[in-house]
Amino acid sequence: MKITKEQVEHVAKLARLNLTEEEKISFTKDMEAIISFADQINDLDIDDVKPTDHVIPINNVFRPDVVVPPMDRELLLSNAPSQENGCFSVPKIVE
Amino acid sequence: MSYNDYEIVMGLEVHSELKTKTKIFCGCPNEFGGETNTHCCPICTGMPGTLPVLNGTVVEYALRAGLATGCKINMFSKQDRKNYFYPDLPKAYQISQFDLPLCYAGEVAIEVDGKPSLIGLTRIHIEEDAGKLLHEAGEGSLIDYNRCGVPLIEIVSEPDFRSAGEVRAYLEKLRSILLYAEVSDCKMNEGSFRCDVNLSIRPKGQKELGTRTEMKNMNSINFIVKAIDYEAKRQAQIIDGGGVIIQETRRWDEGKGITVAMRSKSDAHDYRYFPEPDLMPIITTEETMEKIKASLPVMPDIRKALYLKEYGITEYDADLIVASRHVADFFEVASKTAKNSKTVANWIITEIFSRLNEDEKEEGKIPLKPESLGELVNLIEDGVINSSTAKEVFADMWDTRKAPALIVEEKGLKQISNDDELKSMAQEVINENTKPVADFLSGIEAAIQSLMGQMMKRTKGKANPGMVISLLKEILGGMK
Ligand SMILES: [Zn+2]
Repeated sequence: MKITKEQVEHVAKLARLNLTEEEKISFTKDMEAIISFADQINDLDIDDVKPTDHVIPINNVFRPDVVVPPMDRELLLSNAPSQENGCFSVPKIVE
Repeated sequence: MSYNDYEIVMGLEVHSELKTKTKIFCGCPNEFGGETNTHCCPICTGMPGTLPVLNGTVVEYALRAGLATGCKINMFSKQDRKNYFYPDLPKAYQISQFDLPLCYAGEVAIEVDGKPSLIGLTRIHIEEDAGKLLHEAGEGSLIDYNRCGVPLIEIVSEPDFRSAGEVRAYLEKLRSILLYAEVSDCKMNEGSFRCDVNLSIRPKGQKELGTRTEMKNMNSINFIVKAIDYEAKRQAQIIDGGGVIIQETRRWDEGKGITVAMRSKSDAHDYRYFPEPDLMPIITTEETMEKIKASLPVMPDIRKALYLKEYGITEYDADLIVASRHVADFFEVASKTAKNSKTVANWIITEIFSRLNEDEKEEGKIPLKPESLGELVNLIEDGVINSSTAKEVFADMWDTRKAPALIVEEKGLKQISNDDELKSMAQEVINENTKPVADFLSGIEAAIQSLMGQMMKRTKGKANPGMVISLLKEILGGMK
């Protein structure tokens, strides 16, 4: 399948990535190679193959509904680039 | 075109927080409020390298909600990542469900102005709630992640609504079902039951749908009804003026009474869902389903029908009683003890409800044993006490939780039904009250009420009223 530069730009925008013109060209090539690799599946007879929803064949991994003490707030916030009044602080959002 | 020539078409997405003890993917407490960021850990604040583990009770509650609304269950279900950037979502993706939700194809029966209809449910899936952005004056936007990771079910309806009245009936019914199933406390003012409305209009008779707008995160049924009314009229005005409706998200501004477009980019709905690699698929067995089905209480509609048919109470009373599961349970147990269910219903709606606030009414927090109310009703039915004495006994019972028979005994409240005792008292009353007696004899029937009052005063309200009236009439009759 052919991948266009516009598609790369769209995906980059969704992922909030600023790509240079050179990067756009090289990513277009890379993405096309990846998609073409996956395209090989279209040529195979896979009627009897179940979709892979997960690579590990384990189901129903549940946790009991029991409270674990939360983390101390100061410790939790210590990883944040910016904090204020017991909160994580991010650049102002206007909606 | 006149506004009335348009038909409104709406579909609803309801988000309801599940009342588990812990969050969906970590052991942090699932509690409303609290100091900011004190119900949090590295998992629910999206720290790199952490791994989610699904709370089993979330699956159980979602299945309960699904089975209570007649949904089919996907025996094989999985979770997916919904990708978008907003700081209330620290991982930059929400774990939700895409193509294999836990429940699908259910329905909710509603009734508007006596006209019944069915609202189809497309699906019910599980997902995590986001944190809260606090827009305070200061450098940046502040975020509280206490709510982040609280388990939600999203209940998506078919576009089956044609009026705000249907939306109101549906939300009230759905809320009541979730409360009966005991999966959510559905407190709208705390945001644990909130609703998005997708609304479009089309000329009546037209098949294809118009362009829809979405009104998000509304948590008051009254606001929702007002917002629907405003938005439908706004769309009609645009179309009538030759304009086109833009597909967008709008917000209800209660202060101004209008809907306002929210600034959002056109690609905001490109969520790039993909299967969540950190979580394993969810398999539901027939056995689990049967167990959950068996544990669900009888739902309000079925109870109402039963009350009308078997208990003979009015539709109005039945609606008030089935509104809360615990009130309905109380009514049923009390009715088993009592000889008259209608009287039981009356006492619940008048005396009990007047002593409860709205929250207590909804939670059915009645501090009495239902059997006690049944016994009280029987004391009236058996003529041991009259209904005004019963109110006194009830008040005492409410405060002390004593058995009604004991209160009657201790306070000596037994109705005086002794013929001789009442007869001599009646004779005295007639002798001492010449004016009303003369009035009665001259044909003013109502004058007997004054004599009746004297009798009640003398017996401290304990006389059997029917008996007093017939005794008075008997003596007065002999004087004519
Ligand atoms: Zn946590």
